[in-house]
Order: sequence, then C-alpha cells, then structure tokens
Amino acid sequence: MFKTIFRHSFKDLHGGEDILSPERYQSLRRKIVGLMAVVSVAPLLLMAVINYYEYRTAVSREIQNPLRILLSKTKNSFELFLAERTSTVSFIASAYPFEELAREKTLRHIFTVMSQVFDGFVDLSLVDENGIQVSYAGPYALAGKNYADQSWFNHVKVRGKYISDVFLGFRHFPHMVIAVRHMDETGRSWVVRATIDTTPFDRLIAAMSLEPDSDAFLLNKEGILQTNSNYYGKILERIPLPMPPQAYEARLLETQDPQGRDVYLAYSYFPDTDFVLMAVKPRSSVLKAWYMVKGDLLFIFVLGVSAIFFVAYKMTGLLIKRMRESEERRELAFRQVEHAQKLSSIGRLAAGVAHEINNPLAAINEKAGLMKDLLGLRPDFPDREKFITLADAILKSIRRCRDITHRMLGFARRMDVSFEELDINEVLNDTLSFLEQEAKHRGVAIDCELDEHLPRILSDRGQLQQVFLNILNNALAAVPDGGKIQVKTGKIDWESQFISFQDNGCGMSQETLEHIFEPFFTTKKGTGTGLGLSITYGIVKKLGGDISVKSKIGEGTLFTVYLPKSARKEAAS
Amino acid sequence: MERKDWNVLLVDDEHEFVTTLSERLALRGIASRVAFDGESALREVADSPPHLVILDVMLPGMKGLDVLRGIKAGYPDTRVILLTGHGTTKNGIEGMKLGAFDYMIKPLDIDVLIEKMNDAMGSGR
Repeated sequence: MFKTIFRHSFKDLHGGEDILSPERYQSLRRKIVGLMAVVSVAPLLLMAVINYYEYRTAVSREIQNPLRILLSKTKNSFELFLAERTSTVSFIASAYPFEELAREKTLRHIFTVMSQVFDGFVDLSLVDENGIQVSYAGPYALAGKNYADQSWFNHVKVRGKYISDVFLGFRHFPHMVIAVRHMDETGRSWVVRATIDTTPFDRLIAAMSLEPDSDAFLLNKEGILQTNSNYYGKILERIPLPMPPQAYEARLLETQDPQGRDVYLAYSYFPDTDFVLMAVKPRSSVLKAWYMVKGDLLFIFVLGVSAIFFVAYKMTGLLIKRMRESEERRELAFRQVEHAQKLSSIGRLAAGVAHEINNPLAAINEKAGLMKDLLGLRPDFPDREKFITLADAILKSIRRCRDITHRMLGFARRMDVSFEELDINEVLNDTLSFLEQEAKHRGVAIDCELDEHLPRILSDRGQLQQVFLNILNNALAAVPDGGKIQVKTGKIDWESQFISFQDNGCGMSQETLEHIFEPFFTTKKGTGTGLGLSITYGIVKKLGGDISVKSKIGEGTLFTVYLPKSARKEAAS
Repeated sequence: MERKDWNVLLVDDEHEFVTTLSERLALRGIASRVAFDGESALREVADSPPHLVILDVMLPGMKGLDVLRGIKAGYPDTRVILLTGHGTTKNGIEGMKLGAFDYMIKPLDIDVLIEKMNDAMGSGR
C-alpha cells in the first residue's frame, strides 16, 4: 500500500511526457520537502508532546509530594498536641478521687504543675455527673456553673471524652475545651474539663515555614476556620472554599481559590476529632520552573523544525538541481545522437544519390565530349560552330552537376569522424560554397580575408564544416537582405589560429548572449531546435578549441573560433 | 613508346560510358579494348597483357579491387588507373596500396585522363 502511495506521489520521478518542465521540478521539490518534513517533524512533535506531559507530571509530583509530606507532619503535630493534652486531662481525672479534685486547693495545685509541664492550659475544672461545676482552678471565677444542658456535657457523658471546636466563649480569645469523664469503682462518675489556649496552633502552622504566597490553617468539618488564615479569613469565619471530600491521609487537589489563583490544595481530615488541616500553595509559583522548561522545550522544538525545514529545502534543492542538470544533459545527448543520426542518414542518402547520378553523368560527359571531338575533326560540318557551342554548354552543365554530386559526397564523408591534416582556409571555402547560392540570392556579401600562410592543423574536417556552417547560417539569418558578413582567418601563435565571423545583423541582447550556448535556447521560436550553437560549442570544445561571441543590438555579432594546432593532443589532455 | 603502340584495356559496367570513352581515345590515337565486368576483363588481360588498364572499382560480380589484385598478381608491369563514382577516397587509397598508379572520380575530364595516361606510360614502372 505504501509502495502504491509512494509511487503515485512521486510519479514525476519516473519521467513522462514533459520531463523537463519547471513545474515538474517544483512539484517534486515540494513533495520531497513535504515528505522529509513530515517524516522528521512528526516523531519530533510526538516526542515533544510526550515529553511535555511526562515532564509536567514529573514536575507536579516533585512539587506536590513535599507539600503532602509537610501537611502530614503538621497534622501529626496537631494530633500529638491534642493527644498529649487529652491524656493529661484523662490522667488527672483517673489519678485523683472525686473528693481530692473537689477541693479547690488540690485542683489549683494540680493545675499549676500541669501548666508548668504543658503550655496552653488556661483553666481546669471538675464537673459532677449532674453537670454542676464543683471546683475550678484558673483565672476566672466560674465555680458553681451548671453545664447540664450544654451539648459537650452530653457528649462527654456518652463518649467519655470530648474535644471541642475552637470558640471565643466568655473569655473572648480563641480556645478549646477538652473534657474527660471518669467513673470510679463505686459507679460514681465525674468530668474533668480543661480549657486550652489555641495559640500553640499558630506556632505549629508557623513551623511549616511556608512561602508568603502560601497558606495553611485548621478547620472544622463545617469549614469554620480554627486558626487565622492569611488569605481566607479570620478565626471562626467560614472559608470561601468548598470542603473537599473526606480523607484521613494527605490529599492534594488542583483548584482555583476565590481570588482566582490556580492553587494546589492539600488537606487531611483528623480521624478522632472534627478538625481538618489544609495548606494552599499557588501553582504559578511552584510551576515557575516548569514554565521555564516549557519555554526551553518549545525553543528547541521550533529550532529543530526550522533546521529540518532548512536542511530539507536546501538538500532537495541541490538534489533537484543535480537531477535536472543530469536530465538535461541526457536529453541533450539524446538529441545530439538523434541529430547525428539524422545527418548520417542524410549523408548516406546523399552519397547514394550522388553515386547513382555520377555514372550516367559520366556517360553523358563522354558522349558530349565525343560529339565535340568529332566536330573538331570536321571543319566542313554544317552549323559546326553552333554545335560546338551546344556541346560546350552541355559539358559546362555536366561540370556543374559534378560539383554538386562531389559536394554531396563530401557531405557524406563528413559523417566519419577522423582527424586529418587540413587547411582551415580550404575547409572554410568548402563550407562557404554551400551558402553561396543563398547569399547571392539575398544579396548578402561574404567578404573573406584569409591568411594564406596558415599552417595546416590536425583536426576533423566534417566537424569543422558543421561548426562553420552553423555559425554562418546564424549570421545569414541575422543579416538583412543586402547585408554583409566578413570572414577572417589568422594565426595567434604557432600553436593556435582563429576564424572570425562578423556580421552587421540585428545583434543580441546581453541576456541572450548569456544563454546562446545552452541547449534548447532559441530565439527562432517554432523553427529552431536551440541545438545549433550548443552542438557547435560541444564540437569546438571536443576539438580542443574555444569559441567566443561579442554582440551589440543593432550593430551585429562577432563569433570567433579558436583552434589548436593538434586537436588530438588537446582533446586527449 | 608511341601512343599507337599502347595496349589499353577499359573496364566498366556502364556500356555507354566505356564504349564512348574508347571511341574518344581512338580519336586521340589510342587504341583500346573494353570489358564490361571483372571476369571478362581478366580474360582480356590474359589474351594480351595490356600496358595500361583503366578500371572502375564498382563492378557487378567481381569487385574492381579484386580485378586489380588479379592483374597485379599476374602482370606486375601493367599500370592501372582506377575510376570511382563514389566520393569516398577509401577505395582509391586502398587501390593505391594495392599498386594502382592513380585514381580519378567520375565524370572524367578527358584531358586530365590523357595526362595521367601519359604519366603512367612515361613512368619507369
């Protein structure tokens, strides 16, 4: 399936009708860049996303765990605090008989000792089973008070132990009550009640040493604050947060507080009492590190993707360029072969025709010659002069035919690539004879300024004729009727000579000049193959020479061909 | 040697050409026999070894160059001028290597031919 998709998408790779069109390379380039980008960006993206979530979870855990542990520890401190005080009260209730405790002096002594050992005790009182306060030790004169109707008394009567919520009570500072019931062997029961100042709670919370933007506080199960909170109200006020579900181990919630801050809410319910300990930490502060990491992650991702795109684009560009060049070269080679084959078949045809015509032509030549011979022997032949003129005319025509057939044979001979010693002027004259008729017809003057003392060079006659023919054809196409073409040959030094072709034709723009030796570049739209000068260039290079061109619009063009003394030596090196 | 004593053989499959050429040579005082193919040419040579053979390289049947070889094998003193209707000088050069005196491309200029014949007969070969 992938193979099919791939082949379908990249069918441009496998050639086609118009394989050299720029659109094809554009689309191929787009596809390759796209594929490379998808193949490399997709895993990168996936990895970035996975990393993002993994890392976020890890960072959250890193931040949540300490908070949870801190909360548990503080909760333990609270429990310890309460348990110590409860045990003390319980110990007092059970260690002394009712009569002892009922005596104010004894109770005050016990209270004093107790206050020295444990801080926070405010007062201590003994309440009998009917709820009447029997004795009291403490700063307030509360003896004889009846607690029978109060709920805590009923609670302690049933449960044996009671720890109250924090309240302000008569004394107008936050405190709480711990009450413990004791029953002696006779079945008589009494309650020892202690009031505790809750200032130590603040100390316990301060021990958590939270950051300024964080908060921790104690609540009861109804959500009433039992200690002051930095952000969520004073003691005995209701916190503006919903109570989280009950849990006795430290739990952590992600929520939003009334100020609109995203916060971590850590909490834990106390198993034996009504209290709940809560700590609030804003997420923004704890996630600062995470945001930094996120930024880095994004930066690396963007950088990576840009790098991938850049490299993919550049590489593909290079690849496509190479591919295009090689395809163009291949195409050029094909066309050259095609061209050469065409020329060679024309050559064979020409040779065949020339040969077939040469034999009858030879016969006609001999007949006409014989006629002339016979006329020469008969001075008395009637109209002798007239017949001699006629025979001469026939012989002249035969000579013209012979020139043509010889030229055709010469054209055929050009197909064979072979190096021989030749005279450039002679080759040039041969070539010019091909174009004489056209030039004469159009009134174009071809001036030759040939250096008669040129040394012979080793080169390929046929190829050179093609070079000269191509350049001269272009010159003829460029000049107007009645124009002028000047051909010069000369020696540069012992090793090389030049042949120049100057016309006074239409000339070429700088832009055209830059492209004229490129294959398929043509200004003769529709009629030219765009191969003439590229083949010319190829041949000259093959023969170890060089070609240069100068042109000015409206003034004409100058082609100069440079040839080495020995093409074979140059070509080999 | 006088022209009238020359023993010349013309070999070409083009009847009109070769007979007319023979006639023209006769007008110039050179007697010649004609042959239209390689086999009869070799027979003529055997009958009376000629001084000079004018031989077309493109013959039906036996090739001109084979005829040349045959002549040179039996009569090395016989001079041969090759004629070719074909443009390639390859046959000509090969013929020269085989011992031909010269070669010419058809159609011929009779004066040039006579000149070459004089050269051939005058040369010491």
